[in-house]
Amino acid sequence: MPVPQQQAEITAPAPVPGPPQRGRSRSGENTPRWVVLTLQIGLLVVLLGSWQVLADTKTIDTFFFGSPTGTWDQLISWIQHGTPPGPLQDQIWVTFQEALIGFVIGVALGVFCGVLLARNALLARVFKVYIGVMNSVPRIVLGSVFVIWFGLGLKSKVALVVVLVFFSVFFNAFQGARDVDRGLESNARILGASRTEVMLHVVLPSTFTWIIASLRIAFGLAITGAVVGELIGATQGLGLLIYEAQGNFDPDGVYAALIITTVLALVAEGLITLLERRALRWRPQHLNLGSEP
Amino acid sequence: MRSFTAGPDLPATADPAPLLTLNGLVKRHADPSGELRTVVDSFDLTVPPGEFCVLIGPTGCGKSTVLSMICGTTRPSDGRILADGAVLAGTDPRTGFVFQTDAVFPWKTVLANVAAGPRFRGAGKKESAQRARDWIRRVGLSGFEEHFPYQLSGGMRKRVALAQTMINGPRILLLDEPFSGLDAQTRQIMSGELLGLWESLRATVVMVTHDLEEAIALADRVVVLTAGPASVKKEFVIDLPRPRRIQEIRFHPRFAELHEEIWSTLSDEVQIAYARSTAAG
Repeated sequence: MPVPQQQAEITAPAPVPGPPQRGRSRSGENTPRWVVLTLQIGLLVVLLGSWQVLADTKTIDTFFFGSPTGTWDQLISWIQHGTPPGPLQDQIWVTFQEALIGFVIGVALGVFCGVLLARNALLARVFKVYIGVMNSVPRIVLGSVFVIWFGLGLKSKVALVVVLVFFSVFFNAFQGARDVDRGLESNARILGASRTEVMLHVVLPSTFTWIIASLRIAFGLAITGAVVGELIGATQGLGLLIYEAQGNFDPDGVYAALIITTVLALVAEGLITLLERRALRWRPQHLNLGSEP
Repeated sequence: MRSFTAGPDLPATADPAPLLTLNGLVKRHADPSGELRTVVDSFDLTVPPGEFCVLIGPTGCGKSTVLSMICGTTRPSDGRILADGAVLAGTDPRTGFVFQTDAVFPWKTVLANVAAGPRFRGAGKKESAQRARDWIRRVGLSGFEEHFPYQLSGGMRKRVALAQTMINGPRILLLDEPFSGLDAQTRQIMSGELLGLWESLRATVVMVTHDLEEAIALADRVVVLTAGPASVKKEFVIDLPRPRRIQEIRFHPRFAELHEEIWSTLSDEVQIAYARSTAAG
């Protein structure tokens, strides 16, 4: 699938406002931003343009590979006339809802379990083997099980999203809660903090710096989970659009749904970045944008 | 440089500083190989109410462990710690501790950091903030209330740490090399300001350091410890007049005498510790 790949690679790095460069300078580091932007857009135009040319000249078969204009037409048609399962915004909303509900539950569970196990050595030792095994299960396959358990509606997708998000958050929360500065904990206790207060004022804020780094990845996984869940079996949603397009040998439909999914993921990622800035404003700025260990 | 401004006198209800007694304290740790290692051994010390007592010993002799046992974060393997004759077990509300490393909460503003103690101890939000503002002013950080620790210099963070501890009005104040990591000038200034705070607070102080000049300049009594396991080797009364000015006290003729006297005792221990550390690689 050439298009979604290109789309993802070209749009993904763009929204990151270049972190202040540190260390050695490489060639091109001082190039003004507008030049970089122009190059980025130019590359996109060249790639899409050559694809379109190849399609128009019948060098590649549009029946299998589709074309940029075909994808565009499909998008416009969905927006104007709706999709087979219903209006486009409904499909987007369904997928977003599944991803969001699953994300919230998954994050809450992941943080809770991560902190609990990090603070309790016995539990950690007991559950270590289970967590390891569960982590090795190709979790996306659980989607099939969830469809059997919970049916074609919202619940089966939410369950799949929860499972995907949980593990990505859990390990970070576990590591973060183990990494809490002992000195800070002692200080809080000597200042008079109760166990709950130590948890709220020291352990959680400290863990949060680890978790927040995983949230962006986790939300990407949440969207993936929701779409894959819908691919496995659904009556609504962007995944269903992809499934139906695939069934109709309509590559443009698949691309169009993927573009919508990508935009959805990018918007969500932007929101999480805002949240991150706000929540981590006690840290020096250049650390906020870099990824966590 | 400005010095700490004296605040309102202690409330009349404040308890007097207690007499602190350490009775045959022992601490053993299991080291990584599982072998028991004695870090502190039959440690006896009596600190009269309101005295500024400094423990000095070579690096790694276990003096910090003594402090953490007094503040209740480490449990002694044997022996007792008494405040006015009553056993002091666990963290006690009368105790304040200033850490060697930065122990201010990086995710809290200066105001929230200083107000943390009263909040933890059940004071209202408004009252805590008001008291915190007062202490922030007293340590000379007015205008920095909404700053985060990363935006402050090392010396300023130390001031936050002092205010954070002092706001609770500790009757026993423990200081674990509080000014290590600061440059020499900042150290001197902070020592002077610490003295000012102590004089207004009248707490019983136990401070740990390995800087002999700092020890003599601040203390009523300097206790030299042995090079691990820590026990008391010899005590010296510092009969320099008070109130002292840190920058000037070093030129007092008695200062040099005391320095020489204590150093002759301390240097043996320092050499033992040094020989050990080089032998261990």
